[in-house]
Amino acid sequence: MTAVLELEHLSVTYETTQGGVHAVQDVDLTIASGSIMGLVGESGCGKSTLGRAILRLLPDNADMQGSVRFAGRDLLSLSAKQVRDLRGRNLAMIFQDPMTRLNPLMRIRDHFIETIRAHDPEVRPEDALERAKKVLADVRVPSDRLGMYPHELSGGMRQRIMIALCLLFNPALLIADEPTTALDVILEAQILQLLQSIMHEYDMAVLLITHNLGLVAEFADRVAVMYAGRIAEEGATVPLFREPRHPYTQGLLRSVIDLETTKLYSVPGEPPSLLGDSIGCPFFPRCEKRMSVCETVFPEIRLVGEDRRKVACHLY
Amino acid sequence: MGGSTASLRAYVITRVILMVPMLVLLLTFTFIILRVAPGDPVSTIYGERGNPQVIDRIKTELGLYDPLYVQYFRYLHDVFTGHMGTSILTQRPVIDEIWSRMPATIELTLSSMLVASVLGIGLGTFAGTRRDRLPDFGTRLYGALAYNIPIFWFGLILKLVFAVWLGWLPVSGRFSPRLSTPPTVTGLYTIDSLLALNLPAFADAVAHLILPSLTLGIVLSGFFVRITRVNVIHAMGSDYVEAARARGIPERSVFFRHGLKNALVPVITTMGLTFALLFSGAILTETVFSFEGMGRFVYLALSYRDYPAIQGAVVYYGILMVIISLMVDILNAFVDPRIRY
Repeated sequence: MTAVLELEHLSVTYETTQGGVHAVQDVDLTIASGSIMGLVGESGCGKSTLGRAILRLLPDNADMQGSVRFAGRDLLSLSAKQVRDLRGRNLAMIFQDPMTRLNPLMRIRDHFIETIRAHDPEVRPEDALERAKKVLADVRVPSDRLGMYPHELSGGMRQRIMIALCLLFNPALLIADEPTTALDVILEAQILQLLQSIMHEYDMAVLLITHNLGLVAEFADRVAVMYAGRIAEEGATVPLFREPRHPYTQGLLRSVIDLETTKLYSVPGEPPSLLGDSIGCPFFPRCEKRMSVCETVFPEIRLVGEDRRKVACHLY
Repeated sequence: MGGSTASLRAYVITRVILMVPMLVLLLTFTFIILRVAPGDPVSTIYGERGNPQVIDRIKTELGLYDPLYVQYFRYLHDVFTGHMGTSILTQRPVIDEIWSRMPATIELTLSSMLVASVLGIGLGTFAGTRRDRLPDFGTRLYGALAYNIPIFWFGLILKLVFAVWLGWLPVSGRFSPRLSTPPTVTGLYTIDSLLALNLPAFADAVAHLILPSLTLGIVLSGFFVRITRVNVIHAMGSDYVEAARARGIPERSVFFRHGLKNALVPVITTMGLTFALLFSGAILTETVFSFEGMGRFVYLALSYRDYPAIQGAVVYYGILMVIISLMVDILNAFVDPRIRY
């Protein structure tokens, strides 16, 4: 297994007038080439910040520490120009709401030409269009859509086009931030199946950021569960779903609708504020298995069990 | 595109046809308001000490004692036969008065819009791309000051400094009496003097335009700065701008192609409507600089209760408003593919 991306001690702090908001704290994560890493967690747990941090798309008030190793380089030490060069070429990203991600005043065609010429200024527009048609065929979008404006297309079609724009330069990693949350269930399955077939074709890894456990169970090779800016548990999908170890993961899995019991479980309490520093386990106030040590000592990541799963909990 | 152009044409035709009932309504309301408001043209011109018999005689001659419905239909007849009645004050057809004053207003409007858009869009973009930093605060202060400054006071100050103290620019008027005006082609002194290849005349016309258009342009730019800034901030924070950055589009292209272009769509609409307002004449600016345009015409007509002149001005405004908002609509339809009629 070769790693396409390695995050080491990655932390992101937003400087605000109320103080620092620690959106991502000390995250270690390795994504193997050609695999799907699922990143799950509640809203506001820092998973979208983590995705954007990799592409360095965060606003100016975000301070990043640690390292993001990609293709032998630390992305955090690159110049803005070098990062821009990687974006769309080696690293690509698709987003939650495809309805608002294409410029409403530009035809689809011009999005493709613009992207290709941003990286290959020498390419003539006609040749760029040929390349656009090829990737559109791969995402199963008829090439006559190129002449249209975004508002003339459906949400599913637009997300396919966003994916096609990512494929132009055959990136090693695609970051998919809630790619199907704005779509209906049938489209959701279609888009993910499309992603799955494309990643094999293009030999591309995917970081699938979602709050939908079902999607992760079905599509991801490995899963990282995020809580309050930190990784709570990380491991191969099947054993993790079969035997969740972190109490938060256990709670999350119990929150999924089960047709045999009529009551829907929810993890009690609310996620903590990420403002300022904290001690102890961030999940302590909501945990059903808490011990006195949890309140004062932060649980380091440990490798647990036969599958050597990473768990940040004092129980192990 | 063929279908949408056809529907745009249908839309324009409908709007032009709808102009007729709109103008009749406008005329009716103006007519009623003028008759209800105290005072009448003859008494205003002659004042309280005027000979009542003379006033009575003139009012009878002008038909002001006729029943209101007779006056009303006579007036509608005047408008739709094209000459809009005769000004009580100047005894000239209202339509001639409007035609002779329009070029001055057009000249002032175009030049002050130039000042306002360059300042407004330039500074608004400058501030919007430096949100909450020092240049942004400075520009917002400028915008608030320019927007709230009393225009007649500002005009007088500019006049005092640049015309009276420094003597760089003429105090008032549109053209120096010592020069002969260029032959009339468009009525715009700047263009006519250029057409006649008369450079001294052109320089003189421009010199007369500078202070009034700076006055009006700076005050208007305050508003433009604010709307441009807000829209630039909005567009640069939009989802498609982030997506463009994620595709590795260079920041320059992100700004011009995705940010500024999208930000200017609502700005165009606002500017178009401001245009319409300006064409109806900037009463205060024209008064301060004795610039004989539509604004002065309306001011005089209102002061003397010159019914036909006021009504004529209202018709002119009405038609202008419709034409300009129609032009804004057409322009928007071309810029923004989502707008189809």
